[in-house]
Amino acid sequence: MQGENEEGTEIMPDEATNPPGDAEWELRLYVAGQTAKSITALANLKKYAEEHLQGKYQIEVIDLMQEPQRARADEIIAIPTLVRKLPEPIRKIIGDLSDKERVLVGLEVNERTSR
Amino acid sequence: MSDIPSDAKMNLPTVVKCPTGVAGLDEITFGGLPCGRPTLVAGNAGAGKTLLAIEFLVRGATQFGENGVFVSFEESPDELTKNVASLGFDLKTLEEENKLVIEHIRVERSEIEETGEYDLEGLFIRLGFAIDSVGAKRIALDTLESLFGGLPNEGILRAELRRLFRWLKNKGVTAVITAERGAEGTLTRHGLEEYVSDCVIVLDNRVIEQVATRRLRVVKYRGSEHGTNEYPFIIGDNGFNVLPITSIGLAHEVSSERISTGVADLDEMLDGKGYYRGSSILISGTAGTGKSSLAAAFARAACGRGEKALYVAYEEAPRQIIRNMRSISIDLQPCIEKDLLRIRSLRPTMYGLETHLTMFHKMVKDFAPSVVIIDPITNFITVGDNPEVKDMFIRLVDFLKAEGITTLFTSLTHGGRSQESTDVGISSIIDTWILVRDIEIGGERNRGLHILKSRGMPHSNQIREFIISKDGIKLVNASLGTEGVLTGSARLAQETKERAAALEREQEMESRRNALERRRQMKEAQIAAIEAEFAADEEEYERMATREDIRLKTVQEERDTMARSRKAEEEKN
Repeated sequence: MQGENEEGTEIMPDEATNPPGDAEWELRLYVAGQTAKSITALANLKKYAEEHLQGKYQIEVIDLMQEPQRARADEIIAIPTLVRKLPEPIRKIIGDLSDKERVLVGLEVNERTSR
Repeated sequence: MSDIPSDAKMNLPTVVKCPTGVAGLDEITFGGLPCGRPTLVAGNAGAGKTLLAIEFLVRGATQFGENGVFVSFEESPDELTKNVASLGFDLKTLEEENKLVIEHIRVERSEIEETGEYDLEGLFIRLGFAIDSVGAKRIALDTLESLFGGLPNEGILRAELRRLFRWLKNKGVTAVITAERGAEGTLTRHGLEEYVSDCVIVLDNRVIEQVATRRLRVVKYRGSEHGTNEYPFIIGDNGFNVLPITSIGLAHEVSSERISTGVADLDEMLDGKGYYRGSSILISGTAGTGKSSLAAAFARAACGRGEKALYVAYEEAPRQIIRNMRSISIDLQPCIEKDLLRIRSLRPTMYGLETHLTMFHKMVKDFAPSVVIIDPITNFITVGDNPEVKDMFIRLVDFLKAEGITTLFTSLTHGGRSQESTDVGISSIIDTWILVRDIEIGGERNRGLHILKSRGMPHSNQIREFIISKDGIKLVNASLGTEGVLTGSARLAQETKERAAALEREQEMESRRNALERRRQMKEAQIAAIEAEFAADEEEYERMATREDIRLKTVQEERDTMARSRKAEEEKN
């Protein structure tokens, strides 16, 4: 499927901003189709990551509409859900990530990056 | 616009029902749960909600060809599989055969941070995926309320739940949703009944006087009639078992075969043939009236015919029963050795009523007896209150009758109460009722036996004296004197008295006969005397008459002689 939106807010399955594997921050965003909430969430996530975790992160977007079987692994029920796979332990943040402070607190970004 | 034909009304679409396969539940709901719709199962912790939900799916997959999805919000698939294995449900195999999916949804509040708008599309996707993977027609959600603890925004959750139930209906799956009972009489803690309004079932595990009894009630069933009572249920080794009184609808087979009571005299009182096979018999009486002896005699008679008998004793141990019965020459030992008789001693207080029922079911299924003896049923009063015991017994009798088993209960009546009122008031389900009573006369206690009722046969109306001796059981005609029924020594005394009286009467007759004879002789003597007197008189008279004649003749002759002589003188002159 070709992207029609040049701003890059369209969600591509398995979209990764960095090559997978060696990123310090491994983030997964679970969405279900092109809903407003999902689009907002991805946009927010990208923005915060660029601001605070530049170069150290990797985002994987999983569209459950296309890969419903993947919901089980990370115990997803709410959409959108952001899962911090790395650094451990796993953290989950649900919602469109519109509250920046809570997202950063939830991901423990400041705590970890200030060290 | 046009008039509806009268029979079209009859065919208006009614609720399509989906049989659960849970014993008894389909009878109460007249066919099962509403098909393609959600049913709410509410109950306290440990009431059996999860089990009911699982059984609904397992039966669906194994008996009705409807695959299922079990969505567990609490227990893990492993835990679940282990927990229900004891009920004979093999979830693992069902999963391998693609008949069942267990979807474990774990919501950990502490792991989740909420940051703005969200929905539960992920849950929908998972359910949809699970349903589609086995083509499920049934789904169970256990317990959906965990979401309330796991998700921070109740407003979103409620909106999503509403959507979930709509979605389930659109999917056309028959759903069972479990929920915790709420405090203060509310049906569920989080008001799930607001969303599920088609059918609501409440499970209850109540403890009354330290005995737990499980109950089930269909609170609501939209568009369908349903049994409204609280029905006790048991969780046995084959799953759920709801026990509606009408489960067999009195439609069991009826036998007209007769079987011996084990006591010839009692057979004779029952139209000479004994009990009907498959009937229920109650022997009630006060303590020590020989109820158990009659029961044992019946058991031995069954074994004598080569049939199996199950003797459930609530008072005595098996050995004790055998010893005691041997003393009245009812030897049960050979029956036990041939495995025709099993004696099970239980304590009524050891289990709840429904556990006793389960055990009966199990024992009967295992042993397949043709005769079951419960001695005595009265002890159950210590277990539950009266209506419950009655309920249980009606169910037990129903069950045994459906199996074609002849059942003999004994019941202990208390001295003060009316003999005819049994404690559990189960008269209506009893076919033959034998009353054994004490009769106290002249400083001793004897046993009298009579048949209070016996359906479908002419039976004796007599009170017989019931004698238990080392030679066995005998029923003798009680003595009916002027003072009423007499038994024991009083009867013997009465008999002696009667014999003496008879002798006396005979002697009196004899003496009267003698007297009469004497009178006759006297009469005859008198007649003879009178006749003799008369004869003497007659003779006397004859003699006198003859003498007179002679005298007259003599006088005439003298006169003639005189005349003749005078004439001669005159002539001379």
